[in-house]
Amino acid sequence: MRGNVRFMQGNEAIVEGALYAGLHFYAGYPITPSTEIAEILSERLPMIGGKFVQMEDEIASMCAIIGASLTGFKVMTATSGPGFSLMQEAIGYAIMTEVPSVVVNVQRGGPGTGLPTSVAQGDVMQARWGTHGDHSIIALTASNLQDAFYVTVDAFNLAETFRTPVILLFDEVVAHMREKVVIPQPGDIEVVERLRTSVPEGTNYHPYLMREDGRLPMSDFGGKHRYNVTGLVHDMWGFPSSDPKVAYDLIHHLVDKLEHRADFIARYKEHYTEDAEVLLISYGSSARSALQMVEDRRKRGVKVGLLELQSLWPFPGKTVRKKCVGRSHVLVVEMNMGQICQEVKKVVSEPEQVFLANRFDGVLISPTEILQQLNMIQGKGV
Amino acid sequence: MNTKRIVFSGSGGQGVITAAIILAEAAVIYEGLNSLQTQSYGPEARGGATRADVIISDEPIHYPKVINPDILVCLTQEAYNKYSGIIRPGGLLLTDSHYVKQEWKIDARHVELGMYRAIMEKIGKPIVLNICMLGTMIGLTGLVSTESIMRVLETKIPDDFLEINKRALEIGMQLADSHNSKHVSSNAQPEA
Repeated sequence: MRGNVRFMQGNEAIVEGALYAGLHFYAGYPITPSTEIAEILSERLPMIGGKFVQMEDEIASMCAIIGASLTGFKVMTATSGPGFSLMQEAIGYAIMTEVPSVVVNVQRGGPGTGLPTSVAQGDVMQARWGTHGDHSIIALTASNLQDAFYVTVDAFNLAETFRTPVILLFDEVVAHMREKVVIPQPGDIEVVERLRTSVPEGTNYHPYLMREDGRLPMSDFGGKHRYNVTGLVHDMWGFPSSDPKVAYDLIHHLVDKLEHRADFIARYKEHYTEDAEVLLISYGSSARSALQMVEDRRKRGVKVGLLELQSLWPFPGKTVRKKCVGRSHVLVVEMNMGQICQEVKKVVSEPEQVFLANRFDGVLISPTEILQQLNMIQGKGV
Repeated sequence: MNTKRIVFSGSGGQGVITAAIILAEAAVIYEGLNSLQTQSYGPEARGGATRADVIISDEPIHYPKVINPDILVCLTQEAYNKYSGIIRPGGLLLTDSHYVKQEWKIDARHVELGMYRAIMEKIGKPIVLNICMLGTMIGLTGLVSTESIMRVLETKIPDDFLEINKRALEIGMQLADSHNSKHVSSNAQPEA
């Protein structure tokens, strides 16, 4: 792979991915374990003519990036659990107003201020349902820094493609560890640019009138066209409406635009799955432990494989169901009390039972602990 | 090479995390190896026992933490008390004679050297103890070349401090060399 070989921290890889994708405006309030993202961007963004703003809190941070995105820029904020909670109302606003935006949540132990410097994956459901009302969302994750770079670029691409906030759900281990990253040359991986309207200045522009392909071209706010943006249910002009037909169509549109494209959004990696009798399913840092366990067992001839999820929402249910068929055991490995395990159970009918290997005490689950859990469910004792 | 797991431990401010990052970066950028670095991250990073883990391998590295290190460096008594028990049998324990008093026998090769004393005598500034330690460690093990470490120092250390860091690395290498030459017949040869 051509590119610039670097040795860097996870948070730095996320920054590199965001800059590669064209990030121009960042607003945030620093919080461990995501702080380095703000720290590095405060230096890098002004160097390329971008803007870095340290806001008074996470509510304002999310609101600021929505405003900046409407004016035509690629935007991002980064936080951890407590700040992510504060952002939820504005994330709902971005969903309703269909504003492309990227929200990084480097997960730490929770609830409350929890375990600030320890690893967890407890915000999976919050990413899905943290904001109120029927909606859909995209959430991506990664287990190594090269992939953290790629999914960050991907997050910006999906945000522009679907006009939606995209959640990057990393965790403390991935964000703070250092390893090799190859930064691709510009143009080596696709970067999706903003779809802008072709409606000329002086002609009426309908901000929420879909094209034939279902996409909504944008007009830079404060530029050629005057239009309204509201968190209320709105019509094609962007004005509030309480017409049940308008509401029905809008909610359907917000959900369907992602759920109907779940296959397109689904991102996953398979490790040694082809002939695997036992299938592990994991994501983020726990997938590193799972892969270590798989490779250690493979050396002893044990047929075990790993399905590593890189998109959590929309949940890649079709893929998971298909990949589980024919396995003797399915074991979900995660750093919470079974948030993705429950989703796997919903979609998997064969094998009958799905098991969980987890830790939620701030310590990364080890390959040995995963093996012990597997031995137990196979009736081999520990 | 086989996978090597290294733990640097000391107290916050001694620069063990910086030393770990420099070692890992040298392995990745200048030796074409895989390396992964993590650290204990918490209140202990401000005064108590602090720890940085490095894994170096020519194969992909997945599980990022070190459970039983092949090489353990302890720069304080507290770090020695806390971590000397986790060393892999037959591994290498490197301690500083100014800071650490040996309390018990371990199932590993224990090398005790006066790194702090040498630094204070020849440079007079304790801030470069971490780089001296790094020099000693690679001198004893041959994990990466001195040139690779030097090249990382040149990119990472501000110009005003580069010279004393380079000297500290050399002092560390010399300590290791004189130790190696005294123990030619034992298993103290650098492990290539």
